[in-house]
Amino acid sequence: MPTADRTNAMSASTLSVAAPLVGGFTAEAFAAHLASLPPSLPDWWIARKRAAYEKFSALPLPARTDESWRFSSISTLTLDGFTLPAAATQISHASIDVKIAAKLVFANGRLFSQEPLSAELSARGVIVTTLHHALVHHEALVREHLLAQAPKLGSAKFMALHEAFLHDGAFIHIPRGVTLEQPIGIFSYALGSTAAVFPHTLVVAGENSRATIVEYFGSSNDTETQFAAGANDLYASHGAHLTYIGKQDWSHRALSFQSNSTVVRRDARVQSLNVHLGGRQARHESLSQLQAPGAFSEMLALTVAESNQEFDQRTLQIHQAPNTKSDLLYKNALRGTAKTIFSGLIVVDSDAQKTDAYQSNRNLMLSDEAEANSLPGLEIQANDVRCTHGATSSRIDPEQEFYLQARGIAKAAADELLTFGFFEEVLNRLTADDLHEALRVLIQTKFKK
Amino acid sequence: MKPPTETDILPDPAETAVMDNPAVGIDQSAGNFSYNMEYAFDAGTGLSEDTIRYISSVKKEAPWILEFRLKALKKFFSMPMPTHWATKDLKNIDFQKIRYYLSQGQKPKRTWDEVPDDIKKTFERLGIPEQERKFLAGVEAQFDSEAAYSNIKEIVSKQGVIFVNSTEGLREHPELFKKFFGKVIPTGDNKFSALNSAVFSGGSFIYVPPGVKVAQPLQAYFRINAENFGQFERTLIIADEGSEVVYMEGCTAPKFSTSTLHSAVVELVALKGAKIQYITVQNWANNVFNLVTKRGIAHEDAEIKWIDCNIGSRLTMKYPGVVLKGERARGEVISIALANDGQHQDTGAKMVHAANNTTSNIVAKSISVGQGRSTYRGVVHIPKHLKGCKNNTECDALLINTNSRTDTYPAISVRGDKNSTQHEASVSKVSEDMIFYMQQRGLTEGQAMSLAVNGFINDLARQFPMEYSVELKRLIDLEMEGSVG
Repeated sequence: MPTADRTNAMSASTLSVAAPLVGGFTAEAFAAHLASLPPSLPDWWIARKRAAYEKFSALPLPARTDESWRFSSISTLTLDGFTLPAAATQISHASIDVKIAAKLVFANGRLFSQEPLSAELSARGVIVTTLHHALVHHEALVREHLLAQAPKLGSAKFMALHEAFLHDGAFIHIPRGVTLEQPIGIFSYALGSTAAVFPHTLVVAGENSRATIVEYFGSSNDTETQFAAGANDLYASHGAHLTYIGKQDWSHRALSFQSNSTVVRRDARVQSLNVHLGGRQARHESLSQLQAPGAFSEMLALTVAESNQEFDQRTLQIHQAPNTKSDLLYKNALRGTAKTIFSGLIVVDSDAQKTDAYQSNRNLMLSDEAEANSLPGLEIQANDVRCTHGATSSRIDPEQEFYLQARGIAKAAADELLTFGFFEEVLNRLTADDLHEALRVLIQTKFKK
Repeated sequence: MKPPTETDILPDPAETAVMDNPAVGIDQSAGNFSYNMEYAFDAGTGLSEDTIRYISSVKKEAPWILEFRLKALKKFFSMPMPTHWATKDLKNIDFQKIRYYLSQGQKPKRTWDEVPDDIKKTFERLGIPEQERKFLAGVEAQFDSEAAYSNIKEIVSKQGVIFVNSTEGLREHPELFKKFFGKVIPTGDNKFSALNSAVFSGGSFIYVPPGVKVAQPLQAYFRINAENFGQFERTLIIADEGSEVVYMEGCTAPKFSTSTLHSAVVELVALKGAKIQYITVQNWANNVFNLVTKRGIAHEDAEIKWIDCNIGSRLTMKYPGVVLKGERARGEVISIALANDGQHQDTGAKMVHAANNTTSNIVAKSISVGQGRSTYRGVVHIPKHLKGCKNNTECDALLINTNSRTDTYPAISVRGDKNSTQHEASVSKVSEDMIFYMQQRGLTEGQAMSLAVNGFINDLARQFPMEYSVELKRLIDLEMEGSVG
């Protein structure tokens, strides 16, 4: 479809929308966004984006009485003043100290640079490319999986915004039986003040494939007001083993929404670890659907919340088939006047007998001004299950502190050691040593800052 | 769950079935009867300002109470149903089809001989007078809207303990009760507390003077007799400094085909060093919507303990709470819920820490049988700049049949680094190994299941007075009948 047509069709239909509901994301901005897309993209995708914009502009902002936004700061959820940034000319790219199989770097929603796969892996059918490319060349796969799972955790409006303004993202496909020894790295940057970005990563792991994806989100500096509405889709076919690591390090003045959707098929296993460091107010929604027997989803998260940051984590583990397993461990360390919210729900459908589900939220309170909220929930409709959850909030154990001090370690150093020990429990779940080490360094750096 | 121990072994079921002293309120089948009453006072069907004025004039209330009621009615009409978080079943309550006030008179009798025959027969069938003689310090028996009988043993009243119904309390001791009335649970706390504040009638007003320890429990028994009736009792218990009191409430209603509403407000005030224990055995018929607000304020060194057992009703929504207002105050909720076919037990606890070194403990156990659904909902709140606050929450759910359902929705907020909370919940079924083990030793599958379920709640059931815990076990046996196989 010619670009000019797209622009016209849009502006006519959405003029009447009230401004507060869309903020900076006006019909004009949307028309300009559509116009900036390459003309080669398929019509169905453009139609979906249009529908998504309609939905976004019609849906209300979250209200104080919305159960899925309980404890969240609502008044700060403004969409005003954000703009769609221009393409970046240069970025200071933070490389990670891990050998990778391929890399895509996005800046302001556009591909900035890449390190392609080796010829051997390409020959075996592994695909690491942009969504723009995949929408044209791997249309069927993208159409089947891209944003295919409806948001269930409260951010429908922001996910509609994501779909409408998603410029470009990553597409990864591991064919059946292929094992990737090294991770694939995806980097997304937001550059400039008021910049709004919509990163997306779609991973389709074929039957019995093995892969690790490392994703990094960052800003040019820590003081710019920015907006991010990102999402990823992880699809693990029968017997696939997928590890996903997300590191969120947006500017400390960013408003961020991230939605993870994981589909786990028969005997497949997905391990996801999300490390949350950045953002002024960062909401992360994680949905795991265990769709066939033998499916296993391990959901991990580490958050270092400091100064006035607010981290809002919402999770949903849905057991839809018998003999499935999920294990969730979310740990938050809170400093300054930081606030965290963990709201998790395990749902066991009526025929999902022999479910084994676990959910745990641990909050380490490191300041007298910090606030931790836990809402660990269960909805169980099958009786032959093992479901447990736990939530704790407390300071560093004085006895452990004393033990270290008695051995000549200063209090500050002892507290730091114990805090790192608190994180180690999560990091130890990773099987790759180099990733473990890289994450440890990243977290400790932020912690010591 | 833990395997049953020696002490869990029950008496022979045949023996307990003919037990001649069934504790009130436990066995629902015992309460399934009603009498055709001619009510002297009837506010009619439906709810309006006129209903309120009628109730208030019949009770000859002070003008401030009528004003309080009318304000509450406005509040009630203005508040939405909380269906954004609660079950949609609430929408099935038709407030205009309910009878808000039915009574034979406003003055309770002091001896059973004076109580009208039908009402007396009702309570005799439920075993109340006998219980009173045996182990209670005082009894109030409410029949629909008003107490038919209320008495307190002389030895207790001589200590200065006041135990009256709410009408008498407000009329005869306004200086005492007005101070706390509606203060623990404000009218607008929720839609149903507003409704209660508008149409309340009956319930107990208790005052225990400083240092007085009431040796035997005080008991209230609530009976619904009429169809389409709404019972809205209001209870206020004030335990003055260093005093102690145990209060028990039981309830029954006949099984009608239409739904009945029970919406109580219970306020407890434990002043410095006082102890209040409030025991509820809720066994309404399966057509009763039981929507109750219960909260206590515990001052310095005071202790409030709710022991809450929910077996009956169609839908129960009840989250007993404690506001820990003074240093070292302690709050506890022990909750047992049993949900069978057609029942939803939405219960839990609310602990609001408002002073340093306060502690709270919540232990909730639920059993879902058949298509029953049990829900735990809880709030634990520790605000800024407090220190030394601790909360422990445990909730365990047992699912008996494949289509049974359970939900857990706790909310825990902690501010600052000088407090600690821990919450744990588990969902399980009765282990096959355990059943097999017992069957091997000659028990039927049903007996084994009953034994296992009783073992599951045993450590909580033990905290009930003897008569109750024995009956509770017997009732569980009854409910478990036919649930296996």
